[in-house]
Amino acid sequence: MWWIRACGSIWEKPMDTEKLSPRKGWRIAATMRRLADSDIFYSFCHSPVTVIAALVTLLIFTSALTASWIAPQNPFDLASLDLMDSHIPPAWEDEGDKRYLLGTDDQGRDILSTILYGSRISLMVGFLSVIFSMVLGVSLGIISGYAGGLIDVFIMRIAEIQISFPAILIALLVDGVLRTLLPDAHSAQLAIIVLVFSIGVSGWVQYARTVRSSAMVEKNKEYVQAARVIGIHPVLIMTRHILPNVMGPVLVIATIHLAVAIITEATLSFLGVGVPPTQPSLGTLIRIGNDFLFSGEWWITIFPSAALAILVLAVNLLGDWLRDALNPKLR
Amino acid sequence: MLKVENLTIRFDTRYGPLTAVDDVTFEVRPGEVFGLVGESGAGKSLTGQSIIGLLDPPGYIAGGQITLEGTRIDNLAYNHLRALRGRKIGMIFQDPLTSLNPLYTIGKQLTETILTHSSMTNAEAQKQAIALLTDVGIPGAGERINCYPHQFSGGMRQRVVIALALCVNPQLVIADEPTTALDVSIQAQILSLLKRMCREHGAAVILITHDMGVIAQVAQRVAVMYSGRLVEIGDVRQVVKHPQHPYARGLMGSIPSLHHQVDQLTQIDGTMPRLTDIPSGCAFHPRCPDCFDLCKDKRPPLKKIADSHIACWLYANEAHHAG
Amino acid sequence: MLAFIIRRLAQSLFVMFFVAMVAFLMFNYVGDPVHQMVGIDTSFEEREALREHLGLNDPALVQFMRFIGHAMQGEFGLSYQHKRPVADLFRERLPATLELSFVAALLALVVGVPMGVYTGLNRNGFISKLFMTFSLIGISLPTFLIGILLIFIFAVILGWLPSFGRGEVVTVGVWTTGLLTQSGLKALIMPSVTLGLFQLTLIMRLVRSEMLEVLRTDYIKFARARGLSNRAVNFGHALKNTLVPVITITGLQIGSIIAFAIITETVFQWPGMGLMFLQAIHNVDIPIMSAYLLLVAFFFVVINLIVDMLYYVVDPRLRIDLGKANGH
Repeated sequence: MWWIRACGSIWEKPMDTEKLSPRKGWRIAATMRRLADSDIFYSFCHSPVTVIAALVTLLIFTSALTASWIAPQNPFDLASLDLMDSHIPPAWEDEGDKRYLLGTDDQGRDILSTILYGSRISLMVGFLSVIFSMVLGVSLGIISGYAGGLIDVFIMRIAEIQISFPAILIALLVDGVLRTLLPDAHSAQLAIIVLVFSIGVSGWVQYARTVRSSAMVEKNKEYVQAARVIGIHPVLIMTRHILPNVMGPVLVIATIHLAVAIITEATLSFLGVGVPPTQPSLGTLIRIGNDFLFSGEWWITIFPSAALAILVLAVNLLGDWLRDALNPKLR
Repeated sequence: MLKVENLTIRFDTRYGPLTAVDDVTFEVRPGEVFGLVGESGAGKSLTGQSIIGLLDPPGYIAGGQITLEGTRIDNLAYNHLRALRGRKIGMIFQDPLTSLNPLYTIGKQLTETILTHSSMTNAEAQKQAIALLTDVGIPGAGERINCYPHQFSGGMRQRVVIALALCVNPQLVIADEPTTALDVSIQAQILSLLKRMCREHGAAVILITHDMGVIAQVAQRVAVMYSGRLVEIGDVRQVVKHPQHPYARGLMGSIPSLHHQVDQLTQIDGTMPRLTDIPSGCAFHPRCPDCFDLCKDKRPPLKKIADSHIACWLYANEAHHAG
Repeated sequence: MLAFIIRRLAQSLFVMFFVAMVAFLMFNYVGDPVHQMVGIDTSFEEREALREHLGLNDPALVQFMRFIGHAMQGEFGLSYQHKRPVADLFRERLPATLELSFVAALLALVVGVPMGVYTGLNRNGFISKLFMTFSLIGISLPTFLIGILLIFIFAVILGWLPSFGRGEVVTVGVWTTGLLTQSGLKALIMPSVTLGLFQLTLIMRLVRSEMLEVLRTDYIKFARARGLSNRAVNFGHALKNTLVPVITITGLQIGSIIAFAIITETVFQWPGMGLMFLQAIHNVDIPIMSAYLLLVAFFFVVINLIVDMLYYVVDPRLRIDLGKANGH
């Protein structure tokens, strides 16, 4: 009966014989060409929500980057502030002022300008935290997957324990501890570094898990053995081969993580342990404005809130779409 | 009994509609084993799924009709279709490891099916389930009935699946690659079990497989599919021993024979075309050793030649003479 | 079954041990406990005496053992800020947090699971798309924003609900509850919605994607091919299989509600542990911080154990495999 099997193997040839060789030279060009013709690009163009989300994200990114040029006022330049202009409602209200489209806060700062500057801080902290998490997670993942044994057990156990706690709690704790250890943590710059570190540390697990499983597969392949024979450190080789393989999942995690990082930063700032009021992020602005909510000065907090919500929603939509587009199962 | 006429199945994609099954016509007679062979992607599984109304979207029946004992069944409302499934048409899937719900005992899955289609009491259904399990060769069925699927081996699970497909005596069983996922040593057992069970229950079988050997073993008639089209259909002896269509010839040439010593097995060069670029004319022409100009331009119709039906221009004239 | 429980208990103990170590390191080495406890005018000798008295000069291992011993009796020393035993502070605030978390979790489950099932079954329906949009907004709005928004609408504009505090509470034994008074219940509405909403959307999306995954499986197809009714297939076969992974993650989510309560409690000035923890972070009140950490870890471990038990009940594969494992 062996020949039944034999025929089977001749028969079930995969339809797709296209081979993807990871040659470096044409990889980028080929990637671009593939992108233009790919399902990803197609699904992007055919999802109006995604296109809008991408446009909104782009708009927020550029206006945050160019805040110092396009903002009507520099809200942190004390000289340009006038306390006489404080507590002005948005321009369309009866007592509004044309100069301040979205009104002003208690110190006479233009809300629109604070939002522009604030989203710059929010985005900066968000991006830096994601990068920090990614680097930490990917390296730990590769080490864990490649080394195996005790190191693997150790790293994965910590990951397991950490993931059972919400990221926000980890970030709060790390933040709290660092603030105690660093005497002048209240200076703005240090506060941001502390913040990036705490948010970054709280998010590495997912990257590590994804990369680890990929590394464990690659580890046993021949080329890694071969690399060892010719004296190249296998980890170096693996890094080169694993990274392209896990780019998709890592990108999805990173996009969704960006939204989470921005939320976490805003939450920490709202709780008063994030960036200081001298360099407010969106979360800090909301915290400051929250005190005026009951006195009816809703614009001080509602506009930054809306900006934060729109930003996170747009990034989340992008992440959601990316995850579905890169998941062949859902196609 | 079952008639499939001009069945066409399409998928709407961004490249436009893809025709996965194209104008397929065949008939299954009561009690026979009808083989449906072809490479993966030839459309044979889709054909099977469409008969029982389980075509996965975005696939849909774009043309033709399916009749069971004279009643159209391809456009039934859900309720009628449901009453048909299991009761008139049973189905067996490829992988016994995933065909059974891991969270229910096999007894529960059997009685549930029996009770859906009959007015038996629980106890009667239980009894019948045990009888069925004994019948398909599960030792100690009385106790094993309370076991969960993972407590059975792959071969045993496929026996359970066969019992499930036959538990309300359908007239037709669609077996989609029923032995592909099993060990070679078990394949023959399961095949003969399937054949015996269907004979005892008076059910016809559509045996979908890519394996000519399996067909030769159990089928009475066979249809060969290529690229969503029927290329040859006829008596299994005829098709296996004297295949006419070049593709079918290529297929048979790839089976090593136990009786004749051959130096080299023939093989068909190339691969089956993708659905996105099916060649003009006869879909097989780029790979066909006997291809001529007409093949590239016009699609050959299915013509009766002797006892078989063949879709190939090579035989067009013979058919003409015969007709 | 027994071996299974013992193994899980051992794992839980390991987690608790690890968290205790972190808490201990924080307690002893972040800042100087003595420095926090005494005034500026305390002399060096007095400080050293206190240090000796507290056992801070003992070897780290001895201190750690003592820390664990005390922790097991619920003793975490005096709060730097309140100058009262940490255990007492937690005892006062625990009911508020647990009540809030419980109601929020209930809300998330009771609403989230059916919504997930519905959207999984009718994935292209209008209502499903509405739910999905709603859920995306749910996970995109930070918890505190939802709280602020609710306060703005229902407390500031409409004036229907109180914007802060717990309302009237009744003391039943050692427990103070707001569930028995009208004002207590009213005060609970907004905080529990705020706290539960994020979990609700997560659970809904999780149930949905699991449901979609299960509906694609062969056994569901086979069940349909046997002519079982849609109801039997969807709510019998599919839902039960969906529950297996959902239980695990839902368990974790419910656990994280207690930690997320920090934010909700801050927004609504809810007198619970979370609010106290946040104040402790502001004031570097390390005993409260480490006690909170241990307490939350404890809740997690307990919830995880319960989840494992449920898992065991639902999935026969686990039962049998373990049975085999025991046989060896």
